[in-house]
Amino acid sequence: MALIHKYIKNKVPIVLDVASGAVHVVDSLVFRILDYYPEYDDAFIQDKLRGEYSQEEIEEGLGEIKQLRAEGLLFSEDRHADTAKRRFEDNVVKALCLHVAHDCNLNCRYCFASQGNFNGDKLLMDCNTAYKAVDFLMEKSKGRRNIEIDFFGGEPLMNLDVVKKTVDYARKKAGASNKTIKFTLTTNALALDRSTIEYLDENMYNVVLSLDGRQEVNDRMRCFRDGSGSYNAITDNIRRFVQRRKDKSYYVRGTFTRENLDFCRDVLHMAGLGFKEVSVEPVVCTPEEPYSIREQDLDRILNEYDRLFDECLKREGTREKFNFYHFNVNLYNGPCAVKRLSGCGAGNQYLAVTPEGDIYPCHQFVGNKSFLMGSVFKGQLDRHISDSFRYCHVYSKEDCSGCWARLWCSGGCHANSYNTTGSIKKSYKIGCEMEKKRIECAIALKVLSRIREGDNANRLQGQ
Amino acid sequence: MKYIKTIVGAIFKDTADKGGCGECQSSCQSACKTSCTVANQECENR
Repeated sequence: MALIHKYIKNKVPIVLDVASGAVHVVDSLVFRILDYYPEYDDAFIQDKLRGEYSQEEIEEGLGEIKQLRAEGLLFSEDRHADTAKRRFEDNVVKALCLHVAHDCNLNCRYCFASQGNFNGDKLLMDCNTAYKAVDFLMEKSKGRRNIEIDFFGGEPLMNLDVVKKTVDYARKKAGASNKTIKFTLTTNALALDRSTIEYLDENMYNVVLSLDGRQEVNDRMRCFRDGSGSYNAITDNIRRFVQRRKDKSYYVRGTFTRENLDFCRDVLHMAGLGFKEVSVEPVVCTPEEPYSIREQDLDRILNEYDRLFDECLKREGTREKFNFYHFNVNLYNGPCAVKRLSGCGAGNQYLAVTPEGDIYPCHQFVGNKSFLMGSVFKGQLDRHISDSFRYCHVYSKEDCSGCWARLWCSGGCHANSYNTTGSIKKSYKIGCEMEKKRIECAIALKVLSRIREGDNANRLQGQ
Repeated sequence: MKYIKTIVGAIFKDTADKGGCGECQSSCQSACKTSCTVANQECENR
C-alpha cells in the first residue's frame, strides 16, 4: 500500500502523504532521502548519499522527515477502511439525473446514448413522470438539506417545457420541505435561442455546454444526421450564453478520442473563444470502438496534460487565464475523507431516471436492463444492484486500495470500469493513469501558486 | 523547517471522524458530465 507519493513538477519536488492528505514541498535532499527511507536505516542512507550531501545535511533531512512522521504528516497510518464500514450504512438519494428527452437533434458518432435514444424508442418524459421523480427524490433524500436535479438526455432542450414545469414543481416541493435544490442542465447548445439562454441563466445552478474544440475535431464527431458538422451552429450560441453568464457556473466541455490526441489544442482553442471554464475529457466507450483510447496512446496523452499544465501555469494571473476542469482541486476546503471513499454515489446517492420513469444507477447505465433498479412509480430499489454500488469503494476495489491517488480520485467512474473490464469492482487502467497525471498537475498548480504568493509576500516585506 | 515546507496539513485525517454529512454536491465522474474528480468539490459543512 502506497504511503507517500513524490514527484517533480516544474522543477519543484512535491511529496503527498497518502492517508493524511498532507502536501509538502521538499528540498532535493529530502526528495533523495525518500528514495530509501523508511525501508533502509540511517547508516545505509548516509552511505548512499555520501558525495551528494554532507553528513550533517543528511542528518538534518532525516530529522525533519522523522518529525513529520511523528506528527502524522508523513507515512501516516491509513485507517480509512474503518471509516468506509461506517459510511456505507447510509441510504439516502440526494441527486437525480432526469432523462427528459431520449431523442437528440444531433447524431454524434461517439454518443454513448446511441444518438440519444439509449437503444430504445425515442421518447420525451411527460410531466407526470417528472413530478413522480421529484416526489421520489424528496422522500428518499430524507434529512438531507441540499439536493440536486440534473436535466439530461439525449438533448434536454427538446423537452424544455417539461424542464420548466419540473423546476417550478421541484422548487415548491423543496421549499415545503426546507431543502435547497440545485438544477443543472447539459446541452449540445443547438437550441439555445435568446429566451432559452435567459431561462437557463436564471434558473440553472450550472450549465454544461458541449463543444469538442477545433472545428475539424468537433465536426468529425458532433454532426447532424446528414453528416455535416455542428461547430458553426453552436459556437455563437455558447458564446452568447457565456457572455450573459458572467460569474455563475458553467462548463464548455468536450470529449477527446484517439482521433484527437493533441487535445491540448482543443482546450486552448476553446479558451481562445473566450470560454474561461473548459473541460475536455477522454471518451467513455468499449475498447472495440475505433476511436477508443488504447494503452499505446497513453504516453502521448500524458505529455499532452503536461503541455496543458505549462499553458495553465503560464497564464496564471493574466487575462488569458482559464480553468481546465480536471486541474481544479480544492486543497483547503475540499470534501471530507468520508466523501472521498467513493466518488459519485451512483446507484445510491445519485440515480438516473428514464422518460418512462425507470431508474438506473446513473445515466451511463441507462438502457442496460441488467442494471434496471426500479421505477419512480413504485419507489422500491433493487437492493442487490444498490448494494453492489454502495460497497464499491476505494478500499473494496483491489486496484484502488494500494494506489497513492485513492483519496484524490475516489475510485473513478463505475461505467468506465464496467465498459472496459465487465465489472464495477475492477479499474479502467488507462483511465487510472490519466487521472493520476491530472491529480499531479492539479496539486502542482495549487502548490506553485502558493509558492508564488509566498515569494510575492516576501518581496513586499523586503521593500 | 529547513528542507520541507508543508503546504497542506492532515486534511483527510482531520475529516475522517467528523465528515460524512452528505450535504456536498454529488460528483459524477463520467466524461459527459464533466466532474471527473471528487477532490475539486467543496465541503458544505465547514
